[in-house]
Parts: sequence; C-alpha cells; structure tokens
Amino acid sequence: MEAIKKQHELVVSVSPHLKSEETTSRIMWTVSLSLLPAFISGAYFFGPRAVITTAICIITALLSERAFQKITNREDTISDGSAFLTGLLLGMNLPATVPFYIPIIGTVVAIVITKQLFGGLGYNIFNPALIGRAFVLITWPRAMTTWMKPDAAFMRFDAISAATPLGILKEEGLAKLLALFGDKLNLYTELLVGHRAGSIGETSVIALLLGAAFLVYKRYISLHIPLSFIGTVAVIAWLFGGKEGLFTGDPLIHIMSGGLMLGAFFMATDYVTCPSVKKGQIVFGIGCGLITMLIRLKGGYPEGVMFAILLMNCFTPLIDRNLRSKVFGFMKKEAK
Amino acid sequence: MSLLTFEGGIHPPGHKELAEHSPIVDAKSPARAVIPLSQHIGAPCESIVEMGQEVKKGEVIGNPGGFVSAPVHASVSGKVVANGSFPVPNGRMVPCVVIENDGKEEWTTLRDSPDYMDLSPEELKEKIKDAGIVGLGGAAFPSHVKLSPPKEKPIDTVIINGAECEPYLTADHRLMVETPSDVVAGLRVIMKILGVEKGFIGIENNKPDAIEKMQQTVSGENNIEVKALQVKYPQGAEKMLIKSILDRDVPAGGLPMDVGVVVHNVGTAFAIFEACRYGKPIIERVVTVTGLGIMEQKNLRARIGTLISRLIDECGGFTNDGPVKVIVGGPMMGFAQYSMDVPVIKGTSGVLVMSAAEYTPSEKFGPCIRCGRCIDVCPMGLMPSMLSLYSEKGHYEECKEYNLFDCFECGSCTFVCPSKRPIVQLVRLAKSQVKP
Ligand code: SF4
Ligand code: SF4
Repeated sequence: MEAIKKQHELVVSVSPHLKSEETTSRIMWTVSLSLLPAFISGAYFFGPRAVITTAICIITALLSERAFQKITNREDTISDGSAFLTGLLLGMNLPATVPFYIPIIGTVVAIVITKQLFGGLGYNIFNPALIGRAFVLITWPRAMTTWMKPDAAFMRFDAISAATPLGILKEEGLAKLLALFGDKLNLYTELLVGHRAGSIGETSVIALLLGAAFLVYKRYISLHIPLSFIGTVAVIAWLFGGKEGLFTGDPLIHIMSGGLMLGAFFMATDYVTCPSVKKGQIVFGIGCGLITMLIRLKGGYPEGVMFAILLMNCFTPLIDRNLRSKVFGFMKKEAK
Repeated sequence: MSLLTFEGGIHPPGHKELAEHSPIVDAKSPARAVIPLSQHIGAPCESIVEMGQEVKKGEVIGNPGGFVSAPVHASVSGKVVANGSFPVPNGRMVPCVVIENDGKEEWTTLRDSPDYMDLSPEELKEKIKDAGIVGLGGAAFPSHVKLSPPKEKPIDTVIINGAECEPYLTADHRLMVETPSDVVAGLRVIMKILGVEKGFIGIENNKPDAIEKMQQTVSGENNIEVKALQVKYPQGAEKMLIKSILDRDVPAGGLPMDVGVVVHNVGTAFAIFEACRYGKPIIERVVTVTGLGIMEQKNLRARIGTLISRLIDECGGFTNDGPVKVIVGGPMMGFAQYSMDVPVIKGTSGVLVMSAAEYTPSEKFGPCIRCGRCIDVCPMGLMPSMLSLYSEKGHYEECKEYNLFDCFECGSCTFVCPSKRPIVQLVRLAKSQVKP
C-alpha cells in the first residue's frame, strides 16, 4: 500500500528534469547589487539628497507596479526585483537636487506606461528607466539640468550648482574645462573617482566598472554591447571631437564623462530591450555610440547616451529579426 | 592536449560518481517479462507467438514489420501468458508479449561464429538485423538500417559514441572499462560492413579510466583512434560529436551519412560484437539505476522486459525521504514515470530516482526576459526564446521560420532559462501542430 501511495505522489513532467539555479529575480537583484558601489559614490559626493531622490524612485516603482497589478488584476511580480531595479536606475540617472515630484512622476511613467502598459516585464520595447528620465527631462528641462557641485560634506542640503564636464566642454571648450580641473591628469583622476557634477549614479567610473566587472564575471552581461558602444564613442571622439581638426579629440574625456559608463554597462545591456543575438548586440552598441556622439558633438544637448539607447531600442526588433543566430549545418547559400 | 568540443551546450551537474564505480552485475531474471513489440523507431513487430506457447531464451517472438524495424526476442524461457497492451517508458500503451519465466534459462540455438571477421559484410549485417539490434543510446533506430547507407552517400568514417553526456548515466562507461575489447571488436565489424578505414571512439574527459582502457585496447592500430572530448552536454548528440571529432557540419535536416559518417553508441557496438561472434540477440542490456532516491546505485545487466520496479527492489528500494521523480533514461531527455510497472526496453539506458534534494520543482514559469541564454547554449544555433514565444501564443507556423524541426529537444535551453520557461514542451507542442 505504501508503495502505491508513493507512486501516486511522483512528479511527472516533460524533460529536461534538471534546471539551473538561475532565476529572473536572482538576476534582477544581482544587477541591483552591482549598482551599489556607484550608488554609494553618489551618496558620498551628493549627500542625503541623492539618497532621498533614489529612495523616492524605488518606493514609487514598487508602489506603482503593485497598484497597477492590483487594479488590472494581474499577478504580483514585485519580488522579481525588476521594478526595484528600474527605480534604482532611474534614481541614479537624476540630478540629486531635483524637486521631489520629478522622481515620482518619472517613475510612474517608467513603470506604468513604459513597462506595464506594454505587457509587463519582457514585453516593453523601451528601457523603462530611460523613458522615465527622458519624460522628466523634456518636461522640466531646467530642474533636470541643474547640477549640484559634488561635495563630500554630509548632511548639507544647500547645494551649490555647477556644470557637468560635458556641459563645459560643449559651451566653453576644453581650455575652460582644464582650467577648472587644473590639468589633464587631474581631470582624468576626478572623472575616474566621480568627483564632478552629474547624475547621482553616473559620475564614478571606478565604482561603475567595479559593478560591471562583477556582472561580467557572473556572466550576467556580456561585453558585446558595452565594448562596441564605448569603442565607437572613443573613435568618433578622437576623429571629430577636437577643435584643431581630425584626429585631435580626446576620447578619454568622452568615455569617462556623462552617462556613458552607466548607460553602456547597465542600461544598454538591459535584456528586454537589447538584441539577444551577439552579432546584433554589436550592431546595437555601434549604433548607440554613433548617436551618442552625434548628439554630443552636433546636437543641442551636451549628453546623448540616453536618447541614443532609446533610439536603438526601436531598432532592436528589426535587428533581432534580421541578424539571427547561425543555425547548425545551415549552408550560406540556403539561408534566406 | 586540447579537448575537442562544439559550440553552445551546458554544464549540468554530472552526478556520475554515484554509479561510475559500480561494476556491471546481472540483474535477477524476471518472473515475468513484459516485452513490447515496438521498442524502436520504425514499424512495430508482429507477434508470432500464441498464448500458452513455450518459448526459449533468444527465440524470435515478433517479426519486423518492415525494413526500418527490428525483431524482438524472448528474454527468458517459459510460457507466453499474455498478448496485450501495456504501458512503456515513453508513456504510451504498446502491444506486448508477456512471458512467464520457467527458470530453466534455456537458450534457443545460437549461430556461433568464431571466424566472424571472415564473413562478408552482407552476412554480418544479416546477423545484426536478426539479433534485433537498435541504437542502445536511447534513440533506438534499427542498427542494420544505419549500416545500409545508399550508394550515393559514401561513408569514410565510423565513430563510436562513448560521450555518455547525460548526467548520472554510467552504463556505457562501465562497458568501456570492463569489456573494452568487445566494444572495439564491434567497431571493427561496423568498419568492415561499411568498408571504412577510419574509426574513432569519442569519450568525454570525465571518464579517464575509460579513455585509458580504450587507448590500451586500440594501441598499435593506426586506423582506430580514441578522442577525449570536453565534458559538455549534449556532447553525445551525433551532430555535436561529429563536429567535435571531425569538424564536419551535418547539414540542417540531414543525417551523419551526408558527411560520410556513421555513429554508433558504445552499447550498440558491444551488442553488435556479441551478435556477430555468438549469434546472440539483444535480450538484455546494461541499465544504470541511480539517483539519491535509491538505496544502492548500480549498473545492472537487465533482461528486456524486466519491470523497473524489480530493478528498484534489487537496488535496495527507495530511500526514506522517498522518490520525488522517477525517470527512465537520463535527466535531460528521459521520461518521468507515473508507474514503476514499465519494462526495460532496448533503449533504456538508466532509471534515475530523484530525491527531494536533487529535484528542482518546476515552479510557475515567467515571461521571456530576452536574456539570450537559451540562444547561447542551443547546440543547433536556434533561437529557443522565439520558438517558445510563438508556440505559447499558438503561432505554430511562425515557429517553422525559426527552424522548429532542427530542434532535437536536448533541453539545454530549458535548463538555463532563468524564467523557467518550458521551452521543450512548447517546441513539442508546436511540432505536433504543424508539418515539417
Ligand atoms: S532549442 Fe532544441 S536543440 Fe536548441 S537547446 Fe533547446 S531543446 Fe536543444
Ligand atoms: S533563456 Fe528564457 S528568458 Fe532567456 S531568452 Fe531564452 S526563453 Fe527568454
């Protein structure tokens, strides 16, 4: 009898009967964790306002996702970590001193409109955090481009405003930038450490690289997009970025300033909105780099990473459809 | 030496240690043998025995129903007590002949041939066909058919598949360690039949003792080589094996013979040797009984038709925390069972009893997050994410655009999917809804 009972309790399912331990939520929480160094550096340089602004984004993200799912009677997916990650990324993409309604509205746009209305996780075409940011940038351009002077003095709420290195480069030129930072070496060092005006989580190159290296090591991201993106930016900056003609630009300044590091490693690599085949990812990365530099050098904004990624998001379905994986044993001439 | 391999693939936990050091032992002859008339790919056999008829061990009880078919033989001596449908490991009900064992173990007369290597290829092929040999790696394709390539497909290489890439299973491993010369003899027969000069034995590098044994056995023969392969699932899939060893790409939708290769599994080579040398039909095979849910892990030489409940008893029964899942075959491509009353058939390479500790519950699956992991691991270079999305929405025709029928259901994609999407299941669904 015992044996028969046991038999009825057997699990019967389709092969394979082994599954890896990786889960969507583990990926989302790990990516969030990898942003911790950059977040800490943001909190260090921009003080409590940075923490509060990011926290508002995260809380709004969780609440609006829950509310939307409650209203539309969908399953609660808060624990998968993707709303948390969107909130965190959006927060890190904002200046620390924005008025509190900006993170709230930006996050609602990101979660409700960009993600949930498109069908939820996996179905959105655009990176939610970037749409959220684009929306508030266009709606409140002033607040969104008022940057705080980085200052490691904690608990200071009265911020002094300052321009970002890319802003200075665009408006006043390299000479002014160098004058402000002393010399080139000092400029590079400050950019590396993150001691400059900018969005909360974008400034510290070292902190971002630390998180990115962790993700690469864990194989959560591959280098195809970041390298092609950053490489393209470097080449274009070197070619056309200088005032004295071709080949006189300074690629390092372009690589280390603005939102490139944050964008290339953490936002352009968003699984849902980037191509999923490696060769498509390279095309995507190059496209991002080209558009970024077009905006930085010729456009009205000093920074173009955000719009570049969003524009390339539009092309993701097209890239995926045309650059498919190579089927084993499929001869070239047979391929359509 | 760098190890040979292919693109894609996964590294599931191997768990070979459970059974790899257990020597092959004979399982008890079953009191009743339930012998399905269709154990192979191709036409089922027709029963030629009647109720109550006395049969001897090795006697033909089912005649092949066509060229792509293989006869079945009595695996015990005794009386036919039933002729009807019974469940088999793949979940279907199949006509079976049930023989009650009289315990005499009387063999029918076998055609012994000490000088079997002097026989003509046709005679050897006939012996293999009469012995009812099919691919023992699990595919169960009749071996004599594989040995009869059409004239326009010249064959230049034979590969013996000793990869045994399915986790847990160790049957082929033990055969190579314990009877290496018989396996090699089988390979020589195959090479002779096909008139081929070059033979390889491909073995995954997690079986160093098997590699060594086989290497010793073939030393001094320069037309047979043992190749060590990187440990990676599905290394034992024919196309991946050929890619690794010969760097030839079997065309999509094609067969190994399209690139001049014939692949046979280690167990099949062993059976081919026994058939040609002793005239012995395939009435038994090595079955790995393993997993943490069983008391003792063993490699049993079991008669075809032995119910797996008997094998489980012979291995000391289930452990106290009990079986959570019982799988016939390996964990990647095997079949989960409802009942333990299914027989061992020619293609049964293992019985895996999973305990709670080994079992990953198949939680609810989530949406595809387009992470691309499945694409990276698919050995066929497919886009399993797209297959699963289209199939889930019922757009089966679109699946064909993503090479639905090139998927051989290895399960690598499903193994890695962080969203736990049942990709293989969705692929099977789509395949059942559209024509190739
Ligand atoms: S799509 Fe098919 S062949 Fe590719 S990994 Fe999945 S099961 Fe294997
Ligand atoms: S592994 Fe799963 S989640 Fe990732 S792309 Fe494939 S199907 Fe989608």
